[in-house]
Amino acid sequence: MAIIEEPLALESGQADIAERPLGVMTRPQGGNGWRDWLSSVDHKKIGIMYGVAAMFFFVVGGIEALLLRTQLAFPEQGFLSPQLYNELFTMHGVTMVFLFIMPLAAAFANYLIPLQIGARDVAFPRLNALSFWIWISGAIFLNSSWLVGGGGADCGWFCYSPNSGITFSPTHGVDFYAIGLLIAGIASLISAINLIVTVLNMRAPGMTLFRMPVLTWMLLVTQFLLAFALPVITVALFLLIFDRVFDSQFFDPEAGADPLLWQHLFWIFGHPEVYIIILPSFGMISEIIPTFSRKPLFGYSFMVFSGIAIGFMGWGVWAHHMFVSGIGPISVLAFSLSTMFIAVPTGVKILNWLATMWGGKLWFTTPMLFAVGSVAMFTIGGLSGVTHAIAPADTQQTDTYYIVAHFHYVIFGGGVLGMMGGAYFWWPKIFGYMLNETRGKIHFWMMLIGFNLTFGPMHVLGLQGMSRRIDTYSEGFGFEFWNLISTIGSYIIALSVAYFIYNTLRSRKEARDLPPPGPDPWDARSLEWMLPSPTPEHNFDEVPIIESQDEWWHRKYGYDEDHNVIRIATIEEAAQKGDAVGVHLPSPSFWPLVLALGLPLIGYGIIFNLWLCVLGGLLSGGAIYAWALEPVDDPDADHGPHDDHGHDADHSDDDDDGDAVAVGADDSAGDA
Amino acid sequence: MSTATASADTHTEHDPHATNTGISNTKLAMWLFLGTECLLFGGLISTYLLYKTRGNGKTLPTDIFDIPFTSVSSFVLLMSSLTMVLALSAINRGDIERTRGWLLTTAMLGGVFIGGQVYEFTSFVREGVGFTTNPASSAFFTLTGFHGVHVSLGILMLMSLVVASVQGRLKPQNAETVEIVGLYWHFVDIVWIFIFTVIYLIPAE
Repeated sequence: MAIIEEPLALESGQADIAERPLGVMTRPQGGNGWRDWLSSVDHKKIGIMYGVAAMFFFVVGGIEALLLRTQLAFPEQGFLSPQLYNELFTMHGVTMVFLFIMPLAAAFANYLIPLQIGARDVAFPRLNALSFWIWISGAIFLNSSWLVGGGGADCGWFCYSPNSGITFSPTHGVDFYAIGLLIAGIASLISAINLIVTVLNMRAPGMTLFRMPVLTWMLLVTQFLLAFALPVITVALFLLIFDRVFDSQFFDPEAGADPLLWQHLFWIFGHPEVYIIILPSFGMISEIIPTFSRKPLFGYSFMVFSGIAIGFMGWGVWAHHMFVSGIGPISVLAFSLSTMFIAVPTGVKILNWLATMWGGKLWFTTPMLFAVGSVAMFTIGGLSGVTHAIAPADTQQTDTYYIVAHFHYVIFGGGVLGMMGGAYFWWPKIFGYMLNETRGKIHFWMMLIGFNLTFGPMHVLGLQGMSRRIDTYSEGFGFEFWNLISTIGSYIIALSVAYFIYNTLRSRKEARDLPPPGPDPWDARSLEWMLPSPTPEHNFDEVPIIESQDEWWHRKYGYDEDHNVIRIATIEEAAQKGDAVGVHLPSPSFWPLVLALGLPLIGYGIIFNLWLCVLGGLLSGGAIYAWALEPVDDPDADHGPHDDHGHDADHSDDDDDGDAVAVGADDSAGDA
Repeated sequence: MSTATASADTHTEHDPHATNTGISNTKLAMWLFLGTECLLFGGLISTYLLYKTRGNGKTLPTDIFDIPFTSVSSFVLLMSSLTMVLALSAINRGDIERTRGWLLTTAMLGGVFIGGQVYEFTSFVREGVGFTTNPASSAFFTLTGFHGVHVSLGILMLMSLVVASVQGRLKPQNAETVEIVGLYWHFVDIVWIFIFTVIYLIPAE
């Protein structure tokens, strides 16, 4: 018995150095140097890194889009070769979906979920860091095909076989596509499991599921979709890699294989993916509209259940992407009906947002403009989506610019505009200064006008019969005018993004002369606004006890005897001070980064030289063991204001957090 | 705000307003991971079912199955679930010696299964059914290969636990780690029941 006892912490807080386990790198002891970012397990720093990297890839994908639109501005231009055009539209789609909008949602999910449920961090802080580093290594790997793979993938983001086979795509682009997405998929899978466990297990006392903010709910549904959709594309990508690298016969029609297999596997993932993209934005809109309508969200439970319904029904509509691939009349009928049905919960959401605004004291700030713009644009995209549900119409529209218009209205209009609103809304919380409102509104109008000029005309072009994915078009079909408008619009979008980046930098400079925004500049409703801005490293001084939906709002406002809303506390009185000492936080770790570095090496190995796989495998495998043996609490840690080995009762909520990390890291990372 | 301290202490008790599932974070994560694995194997099994008769004029895997042999190795794998349970029961009793013994036995039974799979694969290749022969063989090797990799990772986890127990790192309070590795191991076994039935027992028409 005595042998297995843990060494007791000494009074001074010093652990016995002789007990220090194997494989510990020196870890930074807090601060903001680059080593602190590389080894951070703080969900807020990881969220910020996701956001910055996503914006970088937004610019990359945007430049690719500008090149495409430049080529299409006038008929019969030779600005891009057909091959380069194929590579650019493929990489544009892949970049925007996997390297911009999904990580941007992950940025918000990481930063906001623990704050909205009253937690100190996510369930597995080191796995969270691992997700980020794996994702970024996959993203860099994917884009490195421009340099070392003989060009980007050229098969479209959906990469249908047999176009993706070695015969029609002889460069390494598709290999980089498949392995890059596999690596990014591992990241999303780990992140999804981590965040689901966080929401299910780490809520503050009183934060029942139906008191959670709608954003947290929508992000939870998104994580479930990710967790169950990614394994399916993982299968598809493995089969593709096996075909291309090891000569298996999965997609070779001459050997009797069925290219439709790829389409089914891809779209079983691909349609839930659409909801993975859109639901986080829906969640943000559901936070922004009530705040700036000065009313609670209309029909909270309807909003939650319609989000869950979208999550379930999203699995039953995938074959509407395949109406013209010969799947037979019964399948077409069934998927046509299910596609029409999924418009119902989506419509519920739109009506509830409108009902929230109805009769409210509307305050048209930049986040509100983006949220309302997003609802309007998504409605257009949703309506054109219903036209695709009607199979005979879809047969006319498929593979035309009408489809391109539709999904950009959904993804850019619904997803990106909503998340831009989220960026303006939570910016003061994350960075401690407000973005300039005037410039924000200019940004909004530029983006909205540019967006509609770019994608509105594509409806017309598509109905006129202009095909997608063609690198040029001939004169005399009536395509010239609308293509030119569309190209002009795309440059306006680019300017608006540049203006947004300028706004962030300029506002940061100006903020030095302005009063700080305080904890709650928008007079908002959910828990994160009771914390100082920017959020202190330990999040909550004291974990709040939750008594209602919109807990923060109810701490500021009550009712008098005539049931009129009255203020019962100022923001300063109700907010936390952020000055807690002795909060126990998990120590930083470099192993997630090291583990992630091994994966692209394995990827290069599969493509170029299998010995590199051995190297990458040793690096990642070694990192898994070093990680498992590394104590969660750094024995060398400075026992300063942020440490507390005594586990005060105040903070007993996080005491099982640290232990769970050590074990969980071992198991789940080993399987992934 | 003074109530915060009091109820923070008690919120681990299970009540209708519980704000956690009552399942530890790690175990919940493993259950979720296994849920996602169902879709991975679902995709692979579907692929095999689609392709199992597509021989491209060459031998199909179904033509050369040695069902008695595979039945024996399947039985060995299923028995390893029993020894895994015994390992968990031993550590719950605080008996690290027996835990180590049963973990080792489980890993060895898994190793026997993997050995059987290696033998099966090599004999198939000798009989002219390789990975690249036809869609059916590609699907067969991919599905059973993925399962084999899962079993191998399970063995790696079990052996890590064995080594940890030798070093004295595996203590009775780590029983849940054994349980979680056990969850993974049982899952891999259950998947094999499906694969064995679908591939080997249901005849191709």
